[in-house]
Amino acid sequence: MANAATGGFIARARLLLAALAVALASGCATNGTDARDPIEGFNRAMYGFNEGFDEAIGKPVATAYRDVLPTFVRTGVRNFFANIDDLFIGVNNLLQGKPGDAVGDFARLAFNTTIGILGLIDVASDIGLEKHNEDFGQTFGRWGAGDGPYIVWPLFGSSTVRDSIGSVLDVHFDPVLNHRPVDVRNLMFVTRATGKRADLLDASRVLEEAALDKYVFQRDAYLQRRRSLIYDGNPPREERSLRGEREPQAELAPAERSEAANDPVAAAPAITGADNAQPPAQPR
Amino acid sequence: MLNRLLSLARRLLMFAVAGWPGAAPAQEVLPDVLVKSVTLEVIDIIRKDKDIQAGDQKKVIDLIELKVLPHFNFTSMTGLALGANWPKATVEQKKHLTQEFRTLLVRTYASALSAYRDQKFDFLPLRLKPTDTDVNVQVRVVQSGAQPVSIDYSMEKTAVGWKVYDVIVGGVSLVANYRTDFANQVREAGIDGLIKTLVAKNRSNASSARAEKK
Repeated sequence: MANAATGGFIARARLLLAALAVALASGCATNGTDARDPIEGFNRAMYGFNEGFDEAIGKPVATAYRDVLPTFVRTGVRNFFANIDDLFIGVNNLLQGKPGDAVGDFARLAFNTTIGILGLIDVASDIGLEKHNEDFGQTFGRWGAGDGPYIVWPLFGSSTVRDSIGSVLDVHFDPVLNHRPVDVRNLMFVTRATGKRADLLDASRVLEEAALDKYVFQRDAYLQRRRSLIYDGNPPREERSLRGEREPQAELAPAERSEAANDPVAAAPAITGADNAQPPAQPR
Repeated sequence: MLNRLLSLARRLLMFAVAGWPGAAPAQEVLPDVLVKSVTLEVIDIIRKDKDIQAGDQKKVIDLIELKVLPHFNFTSMTGLALGANWPKATVEQKKHLTQEFRTLLVRTYASALSAYRDQKFDFLPLRLKPTDTDVNVQVRVVQSGAQPVSIDYSMEKTAVGWKVYDVIVGGVSLVANYRTDFANQVREAGIDGLIKTLVAKNRSNASSARAEKK
């Protein structure tokens, strides 16, 4: 029994090493053509490595976690860590000049930590205090920082230069990673990561089926998603509207997009309300 | 000038083709009302159907074909996903592309739907002006311990009612996300190459679904 388990682990480790080797070898062959992704070769190599890791360890562990634990336990784990996150979500909302949202985040933390039993139950959502999604990368974006080149980090996955700098701060202030003793911290870290991966099992299956080139599909989804998050779900309409881009001058669209992304302040008037939305661009 | 004529011609074409799946008699149904009634109907069927809960993908696909697809404009979607390459495709290629993209999206949609577990839906009211012909209908999926996931349906008014031409999940536009993917395929192997890739993709999706069922 123990032998079988060790054998399985070694096989997985080997698979992982093979994936890394293949990824590095193949990565150099690709040349990037996308302005948003100048180091595509390196990124594809890292993506390949991450896929290998996920196949070997991430997905099996997450699947076991999902199949073994009852739903209420997994919901409790998700809520527990989501509650801890609310502290710095509130801080980031303050930094982004949204004190109203921040008050909501701190109220969530107060309710869920007490009535919600250390965050295990998300009572705040039930009484109408909505959960937000903020981090330092979004705060920098809100302040006007552009994405910068796309980067795939080993194990951490999709990011950009701006979001990588944000992530350094996220990690630095992360209450879970700052927890001591180290044993407890490690256990919490692994549990959180496993739970997060388990929550994405369905999404990764959909990605598998939907994408022709998974790397490209995931990259574009990440960039779109981050843009939407920075604008709290209301990015300037003309950016999102596909109608104008369908016209023959569509080749110009990426340049326009990066320009606007670098300058959210200039684009800001368009987000004041849906009624204010730009009409679809007319054919010139 | 030529550009203008081309785009006008394309608009007319889109408009003409838009009505093609036109089973829906619901000409006067407002877009947000349509989204809400279709969503609730489909979710209700999924909730009650034991086969679907046991993972019967075929049944989910049939359900989508019957209830959801009549409200989608796949020609529009394919045209938008192809972007600048769309006008370069022949009529035959366009037909083939639309058909394969449709199959791909239905499979993906079925896969996403079968992941549904009792989440609650929040339908945001739409302020529709009589002159509007292009709107975003917003739905939010509420879940415990996470920010609600937004699902926006971009819809256009056609002669046979409002039709969906894009779905934006959590700020990610499905059609925009296929842009680069498709453009790369076309650059490497032409439009026929893209068609071939789509056919192969659909085939492998279908066979892996069969394998899973066994």
